[in-house]
Amino acid sequence: MLEARRIAFGYPGAPLLYRDFSLAVSPGERVQLAAPSGAGKTTLARILAGYERPRAGEVLVDGAPLPRRGACPVQLVGQHPEMTVDPRQRMDAVLAEAGATFEEEARLRELLGIQDRWLTRFPHELSGGELQRFCIARALAARPRYLIADEISTMLDAVTQARLWQALLAEADARDLGMVFVSHSPALSARIATRVVDLSGDRCGAPDAIRG
Amino acid sequence: MVEPREAPAVPEAHESLDHQRSAMHHHHSHAADSRHGCGHHLLTVEDLSVAFRMYDETAAEAARTEKAGEAEEAPGRRPSAWRRYLGAPQREVEVIHQLNLSVHEGEIVAVVGASGSGKTLLADAVLGLFEPNALVRGRIWFDGEPMDAAALAAERGRGIALMPQSVASLDPLMRVGRQVEGAPRGRRAARRADARRRAERRRELFARYGLDEGVARLFPHELSGGMARRVLLCCALMGNPKLIVADEPTPGLDLDLAVRALADLRAFADGGGGVMLITHDIELALTVADRVAVFRDGTVVEETAVASFADPALLAHPFSRQLWHALPEHDFAVTDTAVERGVPC
Repeated sequence: MLEARRIAFGYPGAPLLYRDFSLAVSPGERVQLAAPSGAGKTTLARILAGYERPRAGEVLVDGAPLPRRGACPVQLVGQHPEMTVDPRQRMDAVLAEAGATFEEEARLRELLGIQDRWLTRFPHELSGGELQRFCIARALAARPRYLIADEISTMLDAVTQARLWQALLAEADARDLGMVFVSHSPALSARIATRVVDLSGDRCGAPDAIRG
Repeated sequence: MVEPREAPAVPEAHESLDHQRSAMHHHHSHAADSRHGCGHHLLTVEDLSVAFRMYDETAAEAARTEKAGEAEEAPGRRPSAWRRYLGAPQREVEVIHQLNLSVHEGEIVAVVGASGSGKTLLADAVLGLFEPNALVRGRIWFDGEPMDAAALAAERGRGIALMPQSVASLDPLMRVGRQVEGAPRGRRAARRADARRRAERRRELFARYGLDEGVARLFPHELSGGMARRVLLCCALMGNPKLIVADEPTPGLDLDLAVRALADLRAFADGGGGVMLITHDIELALTVADRVAVFRDGTVVEETAVASFADPALLAHPFSRQLWHALPEHDFAVTDTAVERGVPC
């Protein structure tokens, strides 16, 4: 169970984005965060994955706080893949950051359709969609229990988007991965979400209506 | 440079075509409200190809090994480093090939394709913006006139305007009002009159798109996403264009704002203008456009009415059908793995 317990957060000099916000995600669940832009969806994604520390409250995985060292059991994949890779590393080194075995890496490359010739390239030599596959592969290679997907397919065309999500959903099912995601496309969200959490109206974050 | 591709076989073919009657011409079918003002298209692009001249790595490699072999035989005859530098082999890489596209008056044509597939190069070609190493071939008509690079450049900002992707295209140190108005032309009295005319036009546009007069005093970073979108549209509309090329106008906007931004473009089209909407978001494009040009690997594979996307049987090209099946509101499935294999997204 990934839990955010009564967290509060605000950027310095700005009003609090949430106060006493709680959220619980069980393995196998796919929770959509819904809110208008500027309501703090991305910030919440960063808090859940341990990139930001909440001002109050805590983030727990199975009752324990996120580890300070080692691979985090909650992995974040963001909207701008080019901002999350070292521009001076070749892609094979980027992928190796997660510390997975060779076989596991090869399996993930196959799953996400990463071609071997991309491995020797630098990040700027790949398109956004190609780079995003590496980011997802790297996140999965860290063997997370929960995956936070923040608008991971906005830069992709429909075919690539479908392909990526199919692969991701298959992998999530196989591993019983819990997922929290943000998407601006209602049709895509309806496809993926098992539950929707509205950040804007109900800031106490009680789980609400279930969508198919 | 635009080079006419070996003198179009039938240069008058376009003019002599009966645009009103034939259901399909210039490789496209029509939407219900596609209009041919004065019997021609607002914009027609035929056989456009864009190539870039670049250094050929493989040839350079081959030459080096060959030279090394020669050097062993005749050590004195190896060309100087300077000569080798100047003689580095080049090749042409074609990025857009044989592209056909038409925009009618009063319609939005969405050019839909993956990011990185060369859509922006198409926009650049229509605006007459060419990189120094670009080779552009093909034929472009704007408002019934055949165009070359100079004519396209002359229309830029007047007949054809670009609506860029983000506020990053604005000068961060200049107030928005001044930027929209642009620099007045002429000398003394004429210059002052031009400045007044521009300010007048800017006020009119701001009023029409619901921007407060106070917005003119703001700097670009003070604009919200929706306001920025309208300011960019006003910039494009200053020269009273007939055609707007909107390059990815929606990323980074939430659905509500994106729909409103596109509604402004719709209003422009309904007023008789043409819009070429370049986007990778087919779901959004289908909500606002009249026709969709499916762009893939540097060319338009199908140009068809939005209505055709109601049913995959109406789509002619396998890739368009694949796109239809991949949409989340349909099957959300990748149907044909053979099509996508080896295609960088």
